[in-house]
Amino acid sequence: MPDKKQDLIDQKLQDLNNDGVDRRGFLKCMAWAGTGLVWTLSGGIPMSRAFAKGHDQSATKGGDFTFVQISDSHIGFNKPANPDVTSTLQTAINKINAMPHTPDFIIHTGDLSQLSKPGEFDTLDQVLKGVSAKDIHFVPGEHDMLSDNGEQYLQRYGKGTKGSGWSSFDHKGVHFVGLVNVANLKAGGMGSLGHEQLEWLEDDLKGRSASTPIVLYAHIPLWTIYPDWGWGTDDSEQALSYVKRFGSVTVLNGHIHQIMQKVEGKVSFHTAMSTAFPQPAPGTAPSAGPMKVPADQLQRVLGITDVNYLVSGRSLAVVDSPLGDSGSASRNGGSPGWELDSTLG
Amino acid sequence: MTRKHVWILGLATPVMIAMLLLFAGSPSVTANDQPSAANAEVKIDNFVFGPETITVPVGATVTWTNKDDIPHTSVSTEGVFKSKVLDTDEKFSYTFTKAGTYSYYCTIHPKMTGKVVVQ
Repeated sequence: MPDKKQDLIDQKLQDLNNDGVDRRGFLKCMAWAGTGLVWTLSGGIPMSRAFAKGHDQSATKGGDFTFVQISDSHIGFNKPANPDVTSTLQTAINKINAMPHTPDFIIHTGDLSQLSKPGEFDTLDQVLKGVSAKDIHFVPGEHDMLSDNGEQYLQRYGKGTKGSGWSSFDHKGVHFVGLVNVANLKAGGMGSLGHEQLEWLEDDLKGRSASTPIVLYAHIPLWTIYPDWGWGTDDSEQALSYVKRFGSVTVLNGHIHQIMQKVEGKVSFHTAMSTAFPQPAPGTAPSAGPMKVPADQLQRVLGITDVNYLVSGRSLAVVDSPLGDSGSASRNGGSPGWELDSTLG
Repeated sequence: MTRKHVWILGLATPVMIAMLLLFAGSPSVTANDQPSAANAEVKIDNFVFGPETITVPVGATVTWTNKDDIPHTSVSTEGVFKSKVLDTDEKFSYTFTKAGTYSYYCTIHPKMTGKVVVQ
């Protein structure tokens, strides 16, 4: 099925230069492209659901609060994959603002900017000024570390953080930990947390009740998705060993500009889409770079994901909803949804 | 011109031409297979340094050009050289004055590695 989709995209890519889609048309199609994941904590178990859809409110019955994850805004990127990333970020913000309940806060899982330039961060801040949720937590991506090892990023978004920008906070009984795995990367390696941060993490979690729901967020995935493209973190095993004893652990990442998820015991891993441009599925392209798709295909690769943790059944249902399709469409041509059993201690 | 001058010119010209050719970076006349280019290019594209290993003579200048649509860097693992962040079409050059093997990588995408062999 992935091959079919790739053939279609290849076909379309050949027409790309002659398809007569002008910038206005492109922006129009991109109007749906803003993405984000809305998470509801219900009884301490995260549930994520689509933005600004007329959701079934029962999904939040007994829910404690909601928060939104956005990722990979890449402000400053201006190549064909998306000539106007600021506009698609604005679309994501508009969707947040259109939600019936304002989320308690937003988490941005990194690659705020394309080149760590002050102007890029300024633009991001301008757009975020208009969001309904005023509390925003950030972790940097590798694109945010390009000036003096992240000095610009830290100056702006590093308040209250340690080292290269890690921190933790509590919200209504849930413990959130923002980790940085994009600093001091070693040749030939993938993401890296580093000794100092790991020590801090172990200490940060010490003494907390095992029934405390934990949410870890970092830019590069904390599980190995595709080593050839650097999609993983070399020393994440150690970090994950510190959260093993907790009853509910959710890991939120970005970096790969597509949704991937995994459940391992009591730990659920999720990666978010980008608000800027998609990237190819592992191994389906020569490299992990921005994936160009024709304007009318873009809505299929930028979208929102409906994830419901069903507390009663202790199961997790995932349905992908690409923005451009009517109803729920399938990811990679597969089945419309899949269920996992996540065992909760 | 006097005949003498013409004669000198006739002799001097081919000599000058020969010297120009010798100094213009023409192939080495020695028998061994020393690498000959005084400058070498590495093209960065699709998250790859191409060629991954490049061999140059001492004193050669290597120029990295980023043809990718994503920024990259070229940084020596031993701290010998370090490019700024190269956006699309930006270049970085380094002249290798000492023989040796120089491993480098992209600090943004560390899976990208390369080697310059200077001999």
